Amino acid sequence: MLRREGLSKLTGQERYVDDLPLEDFLWGATVRSPAPRGRISNIVFGDGVDWSEFVIVDHTDIPGRNAVYLMEYDQPALAPGYVRHVHEPVLLLAHPSREVARRALREVQVIVDVDPPALDFRSLPSPDLIQYGEDNVLKRLSIQKGDVERALAESPIVVEGVYETGAQEHVYLETQGMLAYLDDDVLVIKGSMQCPYYVVKALKPALNRSEEEIRVIQTPTGGGFGGKEEFPSMVALHAGLLALKSRVPVKLIYDRTEDMVATTKRHPSQIRHRTGVDENGHLIAQEIEVVMDGGAYVTLTPVVLSRAIIHAAGLYHCDNVRILGRAMFTNSVPYGAFRGFGNPQAHFAVERHMDVIADRLRMDPVELRRINMIRDGQTTATGQVIGDGVDRLQIVDRALALSNYERRRREHWLRNSEHRYLRRGIGMSAFYHGAGFTGSGEVMLDSRLHVEGHPDGKVQVLCASTEMGQGQITIFIQLAADRLGYDPAEISIAEPDTHRVPDSGPTVGSRTAMVVGRLVERACDDLCRQAGAARGAPVKDAIIAWHSAHPGERLLGKARYEPPPGIEWDEENYLGDAYGAFGWAAHVAEVEVDLRTYGVRVLDFVSVQDVGTVLNETLARGQVQGGVAQGISWALLEECVWKDGAMQNGQLTNYIIPTSGDLPPIRVEFVEFPYEHGAQGAKGVGELPLVGAAPAVLNAVAAATGRQPTEIPLTPERLMALLGNGDR
Amino acid sequence: MSVLLPGSLAEALGSLAADPDLVPMAGGTDLLVHWPQRTELHERSYLDLSGVEELRPHRWEADELVLGGLTTYWDIIEDRRAWNELPLLIDAARQVGSVQIQTRGSWAGNIVNASPAADGVPVLMAYDAVVVLDSTRGRSEVPLSGFYSGYKEMRRSPDELVTEIRVPRRAYDVQIFEKVGSRRAQAITKVGVAVTRSDAGWRVVANSVAPFVCRCPALERILEEGAAVGGPDDLLPGIREDVSPIDDIRSTAEYRENVLARLLYYDLLDLCPSFG
Repeated sequence: MLRREGLSKLTGQERYVDDLPLEDFLWGATVRSPAPRGRISNIVFGDGVDWSEFVIVDHTDIPGRNAVYLMEYDQPALAPGYVRHVHEPVLLLAHPSREVARRALREVQVIVDVDPPALDFRSLPSPDLIQYGEDNVLKRLSIQKGDVERALAESPIVVEGVYETGAQEHVYLETQGMLAYLDDDVLVIKGSMQCPYYVVKALKPALNRSEEEIRVIQTPTGGGFGGKEEFPSMVALHAGLLALKSRVPVKLIYDRTEDMVATTKRHPSQIRHRTGVDENGHLIAQEIEVVMDGGAYVTLTPVVLSRAIIHAAGLYHCDNVRILGRAMFTNSVPYGAFRGFGNPQAHFAVERHMDVIADRLRMDPVELRRINMIRDGQTTATGQVIGDGVDRLQIVDRALALSNYERRRREHWLRNSEHRYLRRGIGMSAFYHGAGFTGSGEVMLDSRLHVEGHPDGKVQVLCASTEMGQGQITIFIQLAADRLGYDPAEISIAEPDTHRVPDSGPTVGSRTAMVVGRLVERACDDLCRQAGAARGAPVKDAIIAWHSAHPGERLLGKARYEPPPGIEWDEENYLGDAYGAFGWAAHVAEVEVDLRTYGVRVLDFVSVQDVGTVLNETLARGQVQGGVAQGISWALLEECVWKDGAMQNGQLTNYIIPTSGDLPPIRVEFVEFPYEHGAQGAKGVGELPLVGAAPAVLNAVAAATGRQPTEIPLTPERLMALLGNGDR
Repeated sequence: MSVLLPGSLAEALGSLAADPDLVPMAGGTDLLVHWPQRTELHERSYLDLSGVEELRPHRWEADELVLGGLTTYWDIIEDRRAWNELPLLIDAARQVGSVQIQTRGSWAGNIVNASPAADGVPVLMAYDAVVVLDSTRGRSEVPLSGFYSGYKEMRRSPDELVTEIRVPRRAYDVQIFEKVGSRRAQAITKVGVAVTRSDAGWRVVANSVAPFVCRCPALERILEEGAAVGGPDDLLPGIREDVSPIDDIRSTAEYRENVLARLLYYDLLDLCPSFG
């Protein structure tokens, strides 16, 4: 099936929030902190603009609680006299001219009495840097299995490694943007977002408004990648505050630089592994410490850390595992949701470390993975028994076969000894990703979804799931059409509008096709029941007949989340079934290192994925290729350059994402092991492919150079330092 | 902001003589990148040269290629003779920005924008190009290798326009151009080098390693003398004599020196039998 909104996007007809027609409105602008930490001693308004033309909002204009609420109330919507990171919002301005509003930003000076900022998450803070709890630790989590101390002591070989990953910017094509206006007493918010009900949740306490007084509508969204999970609540709140004060519509659109320097990013991490193995490569003990930079406010950091530690031991079986995780407060821009949600960091470390162990044992890294890979009946670090029938070795073998792994290795060995300055290598990663919310998260979300049958027999799906480029609209139409026996042309997806659609949970965590898609199916079943459609008879006729019998009434099929049976999770002790289903995958990357420039070029990339049933192969392939591209880019190119807590390279000329010329062919194959509780057997697909890309690339670099890189992005400058000046 | 749209070169030079604060604009590809941010630029006055048709064509003379003041990268990419005779122009042009930039950006604009990272300048300099400047006061000619005197400083008076770039036609037996950016397109050069050898001798020109694109006399001397070079590091003393790279947001001085040495060493080893 073709993508429903594909043509309008392809031809530029689609209207994003900045394209919506609007008259008599103001342009919003955000005045931000110049310093990472300190008391605001003064705000100076210059005389370059006429301030009487402006609407100005500060923290005293907030009717309710000054917080952007999601998990905690710690992050102010506008700094109340004290700032905790550079670019923290302090004031809001609005003016009829965008140009004048921009000029005004340069006329305001926020004076901060600077206190010493905590900027290094790796080390424990000195007393003058402590700003959260007793030790700046935002969250601590741990997983225990077996007896790690004893097992490490008894291990004949212990291999240690420290792995570091940097921040990553989402670089969605459409920057953050919101539009706010009053419709009688209702505050209407329209904009680019993944989670309309998260926006409602944040606006309620801050604006002292009920759910009926806030209406949030998602506009076509040009990419999210997690960057539009929690952050849009901040933009919506700001636009709303300006609209409430000015009583006219307000448009707040970030330009690229503001978006890059001031919004959330992927959590930087430092992960330490100590692994006990025997001479044959069997894992005896895994001791892992995961440290993350949380930034200046909690946002979603505790759950990112949670996902990281749950996956930190990799897809291997080991009887003795201890994983300690901590996320640190620092005076940097808060880190937040990003595709993979902590798991890419975890897998970068463990999959790089597997190659380091193999190197130490002089063993084939594939063989090391093969003998330790978890089998049905064995348990993960949290004690979850794996029993999904997935042939994980088949996934690995298929990836090796498609990439000609063994032949390439031999060819490289010959070629590398002959070429003056080019070195080739091939590397792999095997990895997994839990789909949907962790533990009892899905139960707490309590997602709901409706499918409405209209008098003309057409059907509309009402849900809060959002399309952001990943294909949700198309998939849901496809699922409903299959379930009802309908022509897809007679099915539509309602605009995500919190006054019209039920809360089907956020569009995050690879949950949409699997979890919400299942609700589409169940709501369709309910619709058939209510319409009295006889088995095998056309549902459309039944819907039309129902409406003639019930004029003026609505025919709604409803579904509410029900957990799969047998799932048990102990949140207190981090034990049990962390996820209902896992996606499993293997990547193989082939690279060429140029010893003249220390540049790494990825020549070929193979990805074999089990995402359950593939609902739409074109869309699924697109997800995998996009995820791999974003992962390669994180591994080699994307680096946030920091100075005193401020990102220095907030432009696409110096924050580098790849062009098509920087990416290899990304060859994708699916092996399908259906999941009985996902829609048509689907598991999550959005995040998995990104998870294993970086370690596969770096393992290939290790194979090419004989050195063990441990830090990403592996820029040419870093590779030069690793290789030293001597040519190899 | 005001924009003047002269229809002829005489008119353009007249406007510039009357108001030397005018900013001449050809393709606009350097100017417009920061346009939304740099609102101070919005208050200046511009001399949009796009209507000065006589500056657009390039021509082949018996002993030189003459680029017009508005000749674009794309104009040269489309010229088969340039592929054969002056291939480094093509190499450089095809690595500037993107195709969109290549069709708008001009060689002369690249010269007067005076970026140390300019991609068009090193190859022109390695071909001994001469910059032709016109004003109502008359014409002057300056060898490109002597055109710059400091960061964004050059031998162009505010009332002068670059109207031609004269590139001698010579036989070359070594021609190298390397651009190292942080990605394969749409990239600003971190370190780059152009090398030629003809009857006029060796030319080595480096970019992004000094306040302006410059020739490297110490390296040229090493090559002229045919001194033994045992490895890339042997070139470092010459490099340090010739250029002064810095640490900045894109890279480090150490990286730039090392890579310049390695590019020169390995490329010369590949292309020049007498080197090594």
